[in-house]
Amino acid sequence: MRPDFSVLFLTTLIGAGQGLFLALFTVQLYALAALLPAPDGHAFYAHGSLLALALLVGGLVASFFHLGRPERAWRSAAKWRTSWLSREVIVLPALMGVVLLYGGAHLLGWKPTLLILPSGLVLDATVGLGVVGTLLAFALFLCTAMIYACLPFLREWASPLTVVNYTLLGGASGFTLAAAFAAWAAPEVTHFLAGWALVLTLLGLVSRSASLIRNARLKPKSTIQTAIGIKHPNIVQKAVGFLGGSFNTREFCHGKPAGTLRSVKWVFLAAAFVVPLALLAAAGSSGPVLALAFAVQYLGLLAERWFFFAQANHPQNLYYQAVA
Amino acid sequence: MTQLALVIDLNVCVGCHACVTSCKEWNTSGSAGPLADMHPYGKDPTGAFFNRVQTFEVGEYPNTQTVHFPKSCLHCEDPPCVPVCPTGASYKRKSDGIVLVDYDKCIGCKYCSWACPYGAREVDPERRVMTKCTLCVDRIYDETKPESERKPACVMACPTSARLFGDIHDPDSIVSQAIRDNAGYALMPEWGTHPANHYLPRRRTPMHIHEDELTRSDNPLKVDGLLPKPAKSEPSLDDVMSW
Repeated sequence: MRPDFSVLFLTTLIGAGQGLFLALFTVQLYALAALLPAPDGHAFYAHGSLLALALLVGGLVASFFHLGRPERAWRSAAKWRTSWLSREVIVLPALMGVVLLYGGAHLLGWKPTLLILPSGLVLDATVGLGVVGTLLAFALFLCTAMIYACLPFLREWASPLTVVNYTLLGGASGFTLAAAFAAWAAPEVTHFLAGWALVLTLLGLVSRSASLIRNARLKPKSTIQTAIGIKHPNIVQKAVGFLGGSFNTREFCHGKPAGTLRSVKWVFLAAAFVVPLALLAAAGSSGPVLALAFAVQYLGLLAERWFFFAQANHPQNLYYQAVA
Repeated sequence: MTQLALVIDLNVCVGCHACVTSCKEWNTSGSAGPLADMHPYGKDPTGAFFNRVQTFEVGEYPNTQTVHFPKSCLHCEDPPCVPVCPTGASYKRKSDGIVLVDYDKCIGCKYCSWACPYGAREVDPERRVMTKCTLCVDRIYDETKPESERKPACVMACPTSARLFGDIHDPDSIVSQAIRDNAGYALMPEWGTHPANHYLPRRRTPMHIHEDELTRSDNPLKVDGLLPKPAKSEPSLDDVMSW
């Protein structure tokens, strides 16, 4: 498949935004249970939510560049019963709304009590919003990944590992960003967030490697024999039916030599996982190092997403082997 | 239930591209607006087509067969491109099984083309929406045309009648009979899409040459050999030489 930069930015930006929001709410839950010192609501939660919202909005804006008719984008919420893309279109703005409310509630100190637990713990409105936002963030990971995982003949994508990867990689980049952000906004929780970022990046490395190994062992189900229905081991395409290019010759191949694909694989393994792991481990609570870790990881995830698309081999390419 | 479909006889197709050009001609002149046709005389012409004819060589020299392979939307009975569409622009008609795109609802996200294993859908680069074969839906129901012309443009154009059109759910239709009698098959059955369009396989046409076809019975050079043998009583060279 041809990696479209609008989709690369969409999936990586909203992944980081979701991860950042999950990190903020994780800190709030730990602080609520008195396992962490409570950070300043204004500087940490409100500004952090704003940052998460900016990432989500950035992803949404990027997605419009993928559309041929962006002015009709509102129509895409219609078929949520059957289409994961439609579900994503609904869940993304819903999450954006909840993140906005969550940040706003922290900014204005609007914390009406919702529930008092028997232990005396007070759950206020921000906790309620955080729970809803967490559910939406995970639902969005599921929707985004299922857009790809639900296509059975794109076999590199059609795997539960796709969902696991989107969740873990979004979470890892979000927690790394949260750690870097906390170094300025709430230094007392930096260590905690950097630790979780380390764990998520490591888990992401494991699951992404698992999908790389799985994809390397895939045997194609469709062959030129099934594509044109002729049983013979030697079939060569002589003409695709036209001399110039067409949508079919542009949309479904990355158009780069196989060597590029291999190099990008090693680049993203290093940039999205190995280098951030080293930086996170070495950073301590140094803000610039953590920011560098996020920057490297984000660029690495862009390369990872590029590879994710480029590696997927669409069966329609069987009909376009003789591209002049 | 009706399921309109094409049946394409690979044994008869000569790869002339008449179906491609007639398809483009009909569908670029319709009410849906012209199909893109960009830089047709330039260096890199491109555009949207609903139908392509590809050519494959099967076997190894000298035992090869050239197969011309017309390729268009197969109007699957379980189309994977339809449920993924977020707007409902892509739909399958209950009344006749044709898979269509509502060009006014399509947002051009290309997701349906990813979901089609056959590469049957093409984005129109000028209208910026997804386009595909409509089975000439604006032609086959046109009552101003005589009954015999209410067929897709590609079927009308095929000079060898390699393309048949009809309802594959009607066991007596010309297409159902062709599929039954000539072992019609579907493409990429492994994905369970149940394509409505079927292809009829190549059939070997063996040539039998009999001995008498190689020798002309009235060849003047051989005419002596056909003269009757001299009778036993007639004089022969043996009579002269026999002393």
